[in-house]
Amino acid sequence: MSDDYEPQSAVAKWIDKRLPIITLFSGHLMQFPTPKNLNYWWTFGGILTFCLITQIITGLVLAMHYIADANLAFASVEHIMRDVNYGWLLRYIHANGASMFFIAVYLHMARSLFYGSYKEPRELIWIIGVFIFLLMIATAFMGYVLPWGQMSFWGATVITNLFSAIPFFGEAITNWLWGDYSVSGALLTRFFTLHYLMPFLIFGLVILHIWALHVPGNNNPEGIDVVKGQDTVPFHPHYVVKDVLALVVFMIVFAGFVFFSPNILGHSDNYIQANPLQTPEHIVPEWYFLPFYAILRAIPDKLGGVIAMVSAIAILAFIPWLDSSKVRSCKYRPLYRQFYWLLIADFILLGYLGSQSATGIYLILGRLATLYYFLHFILVMPLIGFIEKPKPLPKSISEPVLSKEEQLAKSGQTA
Amino acid sequence: MMKRINIFALMITFLFTTSFAFAEGEMHAPMEPDWSFQGPLGKFDRAELQRGFQVYTEVCASCHSMDLVSYRNLVQEGGPEFSEKQAKAMAAMFEVEAGPDADGEMFMRPAILSDKFVSPWKNEQEGRISNGGAYPPDLSVMVKARSGGADYVYSLLLGYEDEAPEGVTLDDGVYYNIYAKNQKIAMPQVIYEDGVEYTDGTMATEVQMAKDVTAFLAWSAEPKLEERKRIGFKVLVYLIILSFLLYFTNKRIWRDTSH
Repeated sequence: MSDDYEPQSAVAKWIDKRLPIITLFSGHLMQFPTPKNLNYWWTFGGILTFCLITQIITGLVLAMHYIADANLAFASVEHIMRDVNYGWLLRYIHANGASMFFIAVYLHMARSLFYGSYKEPRELIWIIGVFIFLLMIATAFMGYVLPWGQMSFWGATVITNLFSAIPFFGEAITNWLWGDYSVSGALLTRFFTLHYLMPFLIFGLVILHIWALHVPGNNNPEGIDVVKGQDTVPFHPHYVVKDVLALVVFMIVFAGFVFFSPNILGHSDNYIQANPLQTPEHIVPEWYFLPFYAILRAIPDKLGGVIAMVSAIAILAFIPWLDSSKVRSCKYRPLYRQFYWLLIADFILLGYLGSQSATGIYLILGRLATLYYFLHFILVMPLIGFIEKPKPLPKSISEPVLSKEEQLAKSGQTA
Repeated sequence: MMKRINIFALMITFLFTTSFAFAEGEMHAPMEPDWSFQGPLGKFDRAELQRGFQVYTEVCASCHSMDLVSYRNLVQEGGPEFSEKQAKAMAAMFEVEAGPDADGEMFMRPAILSDKFVSPWKNEQEGRISNGGAYPPDLSVMVKARSGGADYVYSLLLGYEDEAPEGVTLDDGVYYNIYAKNQKIAMPQVIYEDGVEYTDGTMATEVQMAKDVTAFLAWSAEPKLEERKRIGFKVLVYLIILSFLLYFTNKRIWRDTSH
């Protein structure tokens, strides 16, 4: 890996002897041995890094023009849209960037779940990822409050009120969070502060995430361990170019939103300035929170709903131990694969239900979908590992799964 | 339609955002006139925006403020593009409070290009008391602040019926409008034939006036729309060409690797 790198120029030698940063980058960004069979679902790591950096840069510039004050915030956002040079572009990139970030992170997590990337020896990568996801949720939620529109205000009211469900200390905690007796300018300024801070915490966790990844190296679609040399290619140029290709295609979709339908993912009510005296008819969170919102509302009890919603995210951290199968990739797990797709469908259904008012059939479906979401992790995942007979794993990435004769013999047996 | 632009966007909308108001049968789906600014290459129609500004000034502005728009915006590229002289004259018709002067006194002066549109009300309370308790909302971003956008605003302006159908009782100061929520609205009908006399000689029909003023409000809500689409087109062309180049580069790099 990094041991075969020798700095060439005198300057590089001088620096590298004192701080081996060139060796580090060379080892981890250039020569890093990467399985040669990664498909395009593996490009979302790079895409997510791009999303984070884009959000940080656009966010920094927006913060130069934004005013975190309950009376001025809404107008300052419109000032950005109207008077700041390319302010509309920065804001639309930032607002749609949050949505793109979540599209990418959901696909990234779905890939990890399908190919068993959370399993031994990559449990910590996955757990750090769950924490990144949690911080992303908090950051995006606080960011949505900043324009101080109607949905900002009432979304903040609904979510911060959830803390009041905590027994005994609920009200005190909620008031402490608010810094007031209701959602007000005090909450806005602290949300702005935290919204500014959290991306840097995410950035730190991303470094840990990649560090942890670079110890065992990438999982791959076959879900089997690689034989170095024979099964791997250097990260550069093979995956640098492949990742950039995927990134550019992703940017085309991103640009489609930013330039041609920048408000389609938002809610029109957020172009009305926050009014504490007027509750919108339907308070809906951003689309990326809808599945969790549906889980929250599926439980008829406030505290129960909060516990369910928090558990829905927390349970992800335990997946490495909930899955009893030793086989990583769903390619070789014919039974679990069916349930995997059921989980994906269930999650999308929850998202749809989260956008509907929780009454009648929507409420019943919401409860069933919530039930399956949890059953999948606490029942299906542990059990299937014992029941399922996985397909035979290939010997290595380079060798075909089975030779032709073996395949024929195999199909003869099962038929 | 804006929505047609992006199939992906449409899918997302279909999945995640539903027009609640329409879904619940409380409202009629709005009319969908052809807007010059819809579609990926749509632009505003200058003459339409100029007429729309006239309708706003002569009809809407007696009750509705536009706090986020300045007179200078009327001159800017991508808007009604009045001449600077015209815009200055329009601004000068209004007075704003300025000061304090050297004696510490506030004084009134004619509005200039850098001033925001002068509000009809001193404050929200005055607007409220003058309108039976219902404050006429600011119109600056109205088109973006209503689900249905320009279609909704246009329909609402034309949706009044003289007589409420049987069984519908209207309180004092409430009017029947088929496109309003529950068909009730506190704003009376304001668009009437020949309500304005267009300076460009266009016939001031109700449909014409509603369309013009809605287009003007669509511009005020999204004044950088033309610039956005123009840059967006270039960005997409650039990215698509780049993606082709990368596709072939990638193919070349992986040529000798069996995978």
